Amino acid sequence: MSEIALVNNPNVGLDKTQKGGPYVNDLSTLNLGPTHPATHGIFQNILTMDGETIVDAEQTVGYIHRAFEKIAERRPFYQITTLTDRMNYCSSPINNMGWHMTVEKLLGIEVPKRAQYMRVIMMELARLADHIVCNSILAVDTGALTGFLYVYQWREHIYEIYEEMCGARLTTNMGRFGGMERDFSKVAIEKIKVLLEGLPKGLKEFEGMVMRNRIFMDRTQNVGAISAERALNYGFTGPNLRAAGVDYDVRSLNPYSSYEDFEFDVPVGTKGDTYDRFLVREEEMWQSLRIIQQALDNLPEGPYHADAPHYYLPKKQDVYHNMEALIYHFKIVMGEIDAPVGEVYHSVEGGNGELGFYLVSDGGRTPYRLKFRRPGYIYYQAFPEMIKGSSLSDAIVTMSSMNVIAGELDT
Amino acid sequence: MENQQIIDALQKQFGEEAIYGIGESHGILQVTTSVDNIVPMLHFLYADPVLKFQFLTDLAGIHFPDAVGQELGVIYHVHSLENNVRLWIKAYAPIDRPNFPTITGLYAAANWMEREAFDFYGIIFEGHPNLTRILNVDDMDYHPMRKEYPLEDATRHDKIDELFGR
Amino acid sequence: MVESPPGLEGQGFFATSLDSLVGLARANSLWPLPFATSCCGIEFMSTMASHYDIGRFGAERLSFSARQADVLMVMGTIAKKMAPVVKQVYLQMAEPRWVLSVGACACSGGIFDTYSVLQGIDRIIPVDVYVPGCPPRPEQILDGFMQIQELAKNESTRRRNTPEYKALLASYGIE
Repeated sequence: MSEIALVNNPNVGLDKTQKGGPYVNDLSTLNLGPTHPATHGIFQNILTMDGETIVDAEQTVGYIHRAFEKIAERRPFYQITTLTDRMNYCSSPINNMGWHMTVEKLLGIEVPKRAQYMRVIMMELARLADHIVCNSILAVDTGALTGFLYVYQWREHIYEIYEEMCGARLTTNMGRFGGMERDFSKVAIEKIKVLLEGLPKGLKEFEGMVMRNRIFMDRTQNVGAISAERALNYGFTGPNLRAAGVDYDVRSLNPYSSYEDFEFDVPVGTKGDTYDRFLVREEEMWQSLRIIQQALDNLPEGPYHADAPHYYLPKKQDVYHNMEALIYHFKIVMGEIDAPVGEVYHSVEGGNGELGFYLVSDGGRTPYRLKFRRPGYIYYQAFPEMIKGSSLSDAIVTMSSMNVIAGELDT
Repeated sequence: MENQQIIDALQKQFGEEAIYGIGESHGILQVTTSVDNIVPMLHFLYADPVLKFQFLTDLAGIHFPDAVGQELGVIYHVHSLENNVRLWIKAYAPIDRPNFPTITGLYAAANWMEREAFDFYGIIFEGHPNLTRILNVDDMDYHPMRKEYPLEDATRHDKIDELFGR
Repeated sequence: MVESPPGLEGQGFFATSLDSLVGLARANSLWPLPFATSCCGIEFMSTMASHYDIGRFGAERLSFSARQADVLMVMGTIAKKMAPVVKQVYLQMAEPRWVLSVGACACSGGIFDTYSVLQGIDRIIPVDVYVPGCPPRPEQILDGFMQIQELAKNESTRRRNTPEYKALLASYGIE
C-alpha cells in the first residue's frame, strides 16, 4: 500500500510518535522486471520496499534460458562457436576465441605467434566494445544520454573492424580452431589505426562529461559497494572484483595467447562501489588501447593459422581444386572428426570476468559435457546483498554497473 | 606449489583411502573422493595456511548413465589465487539417491551453482537454503540435462523425421 | 516532410479521406516498445544510436510503458518462461497495435530448437512484420520498421473492428 493511500484511509490510525515514523511497518512490494528498461536484460527483482528504501530483494532468472549446455552435447565442436557468440553478445570475439583455445588445448594444437597476436587485438577490441556499452549505459541511467551517443560511434567503428575480419557485426563466429580464418586486410589495419587515433579523443570527451560530473559522482559513489572478502566469497571476477581491490586478472595471472608479451596495468579500485567499477572499466579501456598498439607494432610475420588440416577448415578455392582439401572440408563440416579423450578447463578474461570452459570429451564427435563458467551468473547472486538498505535509484545504477548480460547469465 | 604437495596434504589429513582417482589434466590436478568427505575437504583446503584454496571457480554436474551406482557426479573447481593453482574435486552418487551436502556455508557463490546442478541434473544438495529450479520453469517435471532426455522442442510439428534422416 | 495523400486541393482547402489522414499521422509517430531480450537488443541499440538514428522515422520516443506504445518490437529469444510476459505486454497495449518480430529467434526460434525456447512468437501473439537475420543488421530493422509504417499508413480505421481481425485475435485466445 502506498503512503498516499494510507493518508487517505481514515481507518488507519497514524501514530506519529512511533520511532522511525508512522509507516515503519508498512512494507510494499515492487516488481522490477522482467521487462524493465533499466534492467538491461531480462531479470526480475522482487523488491520489498520501505518507502524508498530496499529492505529485501528476491531475484528470478532464466527468462532467456536457451539450453546452451544441452545443445553443446549434440553439436560438433566447430558449431559450438556460434553458441558462444550468443552468450556474452557484447564481446563475442572473446567468447569465440576462449572456446577455440579450449579445444586447441584438448587437441594439442600450437597456434602460430601471428595468430596469437591477431587474437589479442580482436579480444581487446571486444573488451573495448563491451566496456563502452557498460559505461555509457551507466551514464544513461544516471541521466546523461549524450555521452552514450558520443562513444557509440566508436563502437560502430569496432563493428566495422569485425566485419572486415569475419563479415558479421555482432555474432562474429570469428576465427577457427588453430588460428584465424583470414589475415588482416589492409582495410582492417587502417581501421584499427583510425580507432587507435580517434578513440582516445572520444574517450577523453566522454570522461570529461561524466567522470568528474557532480551529479554522476553523487549518484554512484558509495552506492552498491561490496568488500573484497565478500566479493571473493561470491565468486566475483573481472572489473567488479578489481573494483573491490583484488588484482585478479586472468590475462596476467594465467596468460594465454601471448598476453605475457605485452605491458599493461591491471587497475584496481578501493571501495568496490559503482563509481570504482566505472573507473576500473575506463582505465581498462586505456590499457586495451595500449595492448592493441603494442600488438600492432610488433605483429610478427608468418602464417595466421596452425597447420592442422583435420580441424582447420581449408580455403574455399582449395576445396574446388584440391582432393585433400575437399575431404577435410567434408569431414569437418559434417562433424565427422573425432576428438581425443580428455578433460580441459580453460579460462579467459571476458568482458565481465573469468569466462571458463570446462570440457569433458569421451572421444566422440561432440563434447560429452561442456560447462560454461559464466561470470555474470556467479556474481549476480550478490545483487540483493549489495542493494539492501539503499534506495531504488541506487539499485538501478548498481545493476547497470555490474554489467550482467542476460544471454550469458541464462545460457 | 607442486601438485604432489596438495596430494600429500590431503592424504595426510583424510587418509590414503579417501583420495583416489588422482590425475592431472593440462596441469590441473584432479582428485576424487566420497560424498561424505566433500565438505570437510573443502573446509580444510580453505583454512590451510599454505594451500589457501579460497575461491570457488565453478561447480559442474555431470551424468554418466552407464556407471552403475555412480551415475551423477559433481565437480568442484577450486582455485588458490595466492599460489595460482587450480584443483578439481569430484564426487559421485547413485541416481536413485543423488544427495550431496551443500557448501553454501563456505562459499556464497555456491548457492546458484548448486541450484543450477539441481535444475539440470536433479542433484539434491542437503542443507541448501533455497533448492528450487533456477533456469527452467518451475512446473517442469524432469531434469533436462540428464542424457536420456531429448534436446528438441517436443511441441514442434513441422519437423518431419524423414526429412532429417531419422 | 511527408507527401500529402491524394485528395482534392483548392485555394485555402485540402480535402482527403479521414483514413489516409489518420494513417499519415499514425505512420510518422509510431512509438515503439523495445522488448529486447538478447543479441538483437544490442543491434537495436545501434539502430537507436547516432549512426542509424531511428528518430528519422518518428520513432525516437521509446515507450517503455505498454499502454502508450504502438509497435511492439520483440527482439531476441523468447524462452517459454518469458512467453506469458510477452503476451501480457501485448494485451496491455491499446489498439491499434502492431508487432515487429526482429531476429530469427523471435520469428521461429532460430538456432535454438530446444525444450526451453518458444519456437517463434507467432505462437502466442499475431505478428505483422518479420525481420530475419541472426541478428539482423540495423538497416534490416529499419526496413522492417518502414514496412510497419506502410501498414499503418494504409490501414483502414475500421480494420480493428472487423470480424476477420476479431477472429484472428480469437485464434490466439485474445478477446
